[in-house]
Amino acid sequence: MRVSAVGALLLTAGSAWAQTAATASTERIAALEKANTANATAIASAQSAGDNAWMLVSAALVLMMSGPGLALFYGGLVRKKNILATMMQTFAMMAIITVLWALFGYSLAFAPGHGALAPYIGGFQNVFLHGVGTDPGPYAATIPSQTFMVYQLMFAIITPALITGAFAERMKFSAMVVFLILWAILVYSPMAHMVWGVGGLLNTTGGKFPCLDFAGGTVVHVTSGVSALVTALYIGKRVGYPQKPMPPHSVVLSFIGACLLWVGWFGFNAGSALAASGLATSAFVATHFAAAAAACGWLAAEWIRNGKPSALGGISGAVAGLVGITPAAGFVTPMAALWIGLITGVFCFYMVVKVKNIFGYDDSLDAFGVHGSGGTLGAILTGLFARAFVNKGTNIDGFFAGNHKQLLNQFIGVAIAWVISIVGTLIILFVVDKLIGLRVSEEDEREGLDITQHGEEGYDWDVA
Amino acid sequence: MQKIEAVIQPSKLEAVKDALVEAGIAGITILEARGHGRQKGHTEFYRGREYAVDLLPKIKLEVVVTDDMAEKAIQAIITAARTGRIGDGKIFVSKIDEAIRIRNDERGEIAL
Repeated sequence: MRVSAVGALLLTAGSAWAQTAATASTERIAALEKANTANATAIASAQSAGDNAWMLVSAALVLMMSGPGLALFYGGLVRKKNILATMMQTFAMMAIITVLWALFGYSLAFAPGHGALAPYIGGFQNVFLHGVGTDPGPYAATIPSQTFMVYQLMFAIITPALITGAFAERMKFSAMVVFLILWAILVYSPMAHMVWGVGGLLNTTGGKFPCLDFAGGTVVHVTSGVSALVTALYIGKRVGYPQKPMPPHSVVLSFIGACLLWVGWFGFNAGSALAASGLATSAFVATHFAAAAAACGWLAAEWIRNGKPSALGGISGAVAGLVGITPAAGFVTPMAALWIGLITGVFCFYMVVKVKNIFGYDDSLDAFGVHGSGGTLGAILTGLFARAFVNKGTNIDGFFAGNHKQLLNQFIGVAIAWVISIVGTLIILFVVDKLIGLRVSEEDEREGLDITQHGEEGYDWDVA
Repeated sequence: MQKIEAVIQPSKLEAVKDALVEAGIAGITILEARGHGRQKGHTEFYRGREYAVDLLPKIKLEVVVTDDMAEKAIQAIITAARTGRIGDGKIFVSKIDEAIRIRNDERGEIAL
């Protein structure tokens, strides 16, 4: 910024020199210099060190949700011959989506759109991160544009990674890479633009259907969860499912992963305030309360139904509650957060243990059961419980506060997320299936993806 | 000479070993085993799905003793391994024709 300011100063100074007499130009330079200094001071004061520090920490916390959080959570839930392959699916997203985001993913999500497409997808103004520097941008007044960009990148990473839970233990690594790159472009970026982008269809600042989604209930959890269900149905069940037992090989790893998710979620939800503000605190509290209530809800339901409260049940419930509160985090009171958590926890329990078995689909690690159903329910509960006084910036009440129309907007947001996820995912799966083939051979599946896809083993106890 | 084979709960191994030493039995061999008796394992629940685990971890222990020590060893194992619950295990006793110490060719009871 300093270089460009000096450059502008010199240029203007140059033209001034040509147009006026020497004495007049000296005065003019002095005036310009003064104006520039004032401008720089204004930008510097708008930047907040506190906000930027919190947002950088939040970005790191959200990345921690992917690797190690999600990677361990999912890794422990598969059989031991597939742990590395499962963890690699999340790790590959950390690397690949980052490059994609830098090249054009960010632009497609957050640059202003063009013409009739403007409400649906961003334009190309920020391709190669053009114009995304260290000055504040249109999305947050007090942090550098690059901070906002990298924070949003972490969401773009974990969203496709969540889908991998549905097709665990049977998809080719190559097919997974192509599938999720296309998915990030065709499903994630448009959805993020619609909800959060300038001029987006569902944006609460001027969109046609203002849909409350504080930290990604529709953008992250509905899209990933519904796409997960579509993928599980398209790719088919694992060999031997459901006759052959396929219990998690290490609930211990899953436990650590889930607890890292819980901690990382503070960056996910409280960071979505985009400032180290009171709103961030409110979202932090709501997030924690909902996770706790949901863990209690799942454990209670399980205790009643199976006679024992399990560790896997407890952590699954916590994740369900975190999903449920994500859209609502910045709009609800702490007591509403407890309710949202409790309801989501019990609901997801029944989706996972009952509904999945009734329909017989092999959503291996319950990506739909937890994220798709929890995200959908959370978005609707947001429309019920939102209070304008919690978030004065958005200032939208929910159903219980008398704004009945908001519930309809929430349904519209969820419906759009379902439609774009189903249609987009089906098209991509069809293309990738024809090009590469989605599944590994039955023989490879029996041997395990660690060896057949990556040539290594997660555990080798025989090596001294 | 008699061979006493006992299938016991892994958690009872230490107690059984101590009891055998106290009874004056020197040699012992143990094997990690998996199996079930009449009660057939237990069930585990993962996210609502029930898995029957019918091969449970067990310890199989073998001692070969002189005829007059056999009953003493059996009683030592029973006392130390019993919890009174299902899955405590079983003891099998069989005759041994010969015992040979590899180090010096000693045969019979002296080799034990």
